[in-house]
Amino acid sequence: MNLIVEQTVNKNGYNIHFIPTKKFKTLTFVVKLKAPLKRETITKRALLQNVLREATKNYPGRTALQLKLDELYGSVLFVDGAKRGEEHVVSFRLEVANERYLPDKEAVTEEALQLLAEMIYEPYVEDNHFSEAIVKREKATLKQRIQAIRDDKIRYANRRLIDEMCKDEAFSIHVNGYEEDLDALTAENLYDYYLQMLQKDQLDIYVVGDMDIESMEKSIASAFKQEERASTKSSDRKESKQIDEPKEIIEQEPIQQAKLHIGYRTNTVYADDDYPALQVFNGLFGGFPSSKLFMNVREKNSLAYYASSQVESHKGLLFVFSGIAPEDYEQARDIIREQMTEMKAGNFSEQEMNEAKDMIIHSLRETMDHNHGLVELFYQQQLAGMNRSLEEVVDRISAVTKEDVIRVGERIEEDTLYLLTAQGGEINE
Amino acid sequence: MNKKTYTDIDEVIYSKRLDNGLSVFLMPRPEMEKAYAIFTTNYGSIDQKFVPIGESEAVTVPDGVAHFLEHKLFEKEDGDVFADFGKLGASANAFTSFTKTAYLFSATNHIEKNVEILLNFVQDPYFTEQTVEKEKGIIAQEINMYDDQPDWQSFMGTIKALFKNHPVNVDIAGTVDSIMKITKDDLYTCYNTFYHPENMTLFIIGNINAESLSQLIEENQAGKSFADMGEIKREFPDEPKEVAEKYLEINMPVSIPKCTVGIKESSSHLDKEAFLKKELLTTMILDHYFAKGGEFYQELYKEELIDGSFSFETNLDSSFGYTLIGGNTERPEDFAAKVKDLLRSTNEAEITDEAFRRMKKKKIGRILRAMNSLEYIANNFVDYHRHGINFFDVIPQIEALTTADVNEFLKKWINEDQLAVCTVKQA
Repeated sequence: MNLIVEQTVNKNGYNIHFIPTKKFKTLTFVVKLKAPLKRETITKRALLQNVLREATKNYPGRTALQLKLDELYGSVLFVDGAKRGEEHVVSFRLEVANERYLPDKEAVTEEALQLLAEMIYEPYVEDNHFSEAIVKREKATLKQRIQAIRDDKIRYANRRLIDEMCKDEAFSIHVNGYEEDLDALTAENLYDYYLQMLQKDQLDIYVVGDMDIESMEKSIASAFKQEERASTKSSDRKESKQIDEPKEIIEQEPIQQAKLHIGYRTNTVYADDDYPALQVFNGLFGGFPSSKLFMNVREKNSLAYYASSQVESHKGLLFVFSGIAPEDYEQARDIIREQMTEMKAGNFSEQEMNEAKDMIIHSLRETMDHNHGLVELFYQQQLAGMNRSLEEVVDRISAVTKEDVIRVGERIEEDTLYLLTAQGGEINE
Repeated sequence: MNKKTYTDIDEVIYSKRLDNGLSVFLMPRPEMEKAYAIFTTNYGSIDQKFVPIGESEAVTVPDGVAHFLEHKLFEKEDGDVFADFGKLGASANAFTSFTKTAYLFSATNHIEKNVEILLNFVQDPYFTEQTVEKEKGIIAQEINMYDDQPDWQSFMGTIKALFKNHPVNVDIAGTVDSIMKITKDDLYTCYNTFYHPENMTLFIIGNINAESLSQLIEENQAGKSFADMGEIKREFPDEPKEVAEKYLEINMPVSIPKCTVGIKESSSHLDKEAFLKKELLTTMILDHYFAKGGEFYQELYKEELIDGSFSFETNLDSSFGYTLIGGNTERPEDFAAKVKDLLRSTNEAEITDEAFRRMKKKKIGRILRAMNSLEYIANNFVDYHRHGINFFDVIPQIEALTTADVNEFLKKWINEDQLAVCTVKQA
């Protein structure tokens, strides 16, 4: 294996991470702004990512901005927000065609990069505030986005599970913000928060593609003039929550297929030595179609269309997702719990474990073939305050033993079971 | 194998039509970690009425057979094929669309062994009455899941409003009732007719050795025997030019209503050059008007008729074609009226040289960007190949389009009787 190596340069106030590769026909730039997840600021941050995307100083409206991007061979510029453990990360993502593939080899990178920097540092502003019209319109858009989650039952059930499971913890804060906050947000106070965010957020820039690093560094340094500031530390690891008795929450909606989701505390996070063992545990338990969950809930008992599990790496959680017929609830629940018991008891073979490892390594290497996937792989390291090469990440999974998996399993505790089921159905509880 | 080099985009492709009729394409991308292989048959949910191989009378099979068959191919006498891929660290999947069924895997190791598994499992069906019965529960769950998804309901609703007789108006997975009627014999009838190598394509891209892989594939295929096929006779009912229903309403619990305007596109009469031209122009025009920042998008946005869920798509095929424009909206009637007005106005519109030059740039840049994805290249290559078009000729074709082409296209694109509206809202 000859995996891609990241090169990081520390500039005043931010890091540039170069990920040189010939895999792609584009250059990808990702600017990440990170701050602790807080109930008071989340709606502002969610709204801000939309408002900034609408207009800049030189391109004062969506149309002008879009025409410019189209002119730059359909460059793509978008902004999104995500929860990473108990941090909130706003990402500005620019993709621009590599000039060597363009019909006339037109120089477009430099201009596109300027536009990206302008979107962050020079938004469209009227008398020290954002445009009233844009803020009003984007509030309406955000409101609909917040409401629409109710129509996606898998996402909705997962959010309800986290609401209940992580009550009073920052992790339960909704990444899109809250409808009730919107009225109080104005073009003025949003702009004040924006200035604060520029000053306080941790800034990282990633560049992926076929490039000359030296000249790329110069281009970025001239476009991004960040003031130096004290680097913000990642929030300290929280005490793990004491679980006395697992909670069971059952809710009803007019749906055909019930969603049975279960949340566990893994008490293992990305920076821990045992994290690779947790990934292998999850691979055996529910990460793949060959895992215990899929094989037992779906294949052996035909109970579900989907049944899988997933690890949240920075907060230390594990989630089970399944879609079942409402009347099969108890049977499905018991089968899922049985699989967890089997895992904890080490009831899996060396061969199954090696297959799970191969699958994990495969999906890691597959992620390395994706431009944004590569960025997220390296950013995960940055978030955990680590600097491992991709080779090491892969090798650590290979090195996991059966004892490691059992040990990591011992620490996993069920916290909350959440069932979203059909209305009017009888629940024998 | 035939080797062809495309210097402008730095790609090399090897191709061969094997003795048994299978079309094989190999595209090495040595810098990638993985390889992606897709084995497809030109057989989808719309192929319900056909003359089975070796027979003379047409038969009609239950709705959802193609998708059911796709599920069942993974099951063998000695277990599940997913597990065989899993043992080699690969991830496998499959999907059924209106017009094709595809089996695929991605792997970063043991690529040649995985190719063998792929070829062998798709070419060795094992259907029994018992396993067919067992699958019905799983597929019924899948159908129920789709029934709860307003986005899918809104999509299928619009298709139903557009098409009166064509089987594109039937859910790909069928209905809980129709799949209950499926028998082992139905599966074999469809399998034997449509899974003949002559009707199939194998495309492999990524970290591969083209030479040894092509040898492996040829040897594998030479070791199997297939009956002579002849041309597959598929029958489609006559479909009128106009839509089935101007307006269709679906009542289900949603927090925000959904509204889609559908355009019934006619593409059945076109030769491959005209087909590609129509497809390119339709997607470029939609993008020009309806993408963020576009003239029509801005009008809808300003009038608060759309939100972030707004989207549009075009699907042209040899027996049907449609364009859908829609999303969540608090005022579905106003949304539909406005979109229809905007569409009607294109009959009189003129695209300037400058605007069209920009549209072409955008389209070319977006294709280059999409080519970062091995899946995109493989899927698009196979889709175009089915229509006799080489995917790598698409960028030169875009460069060759003229402003006169687009303005000519606009004059005839929208006809009142080819527009339908579907709304999903709370009763």
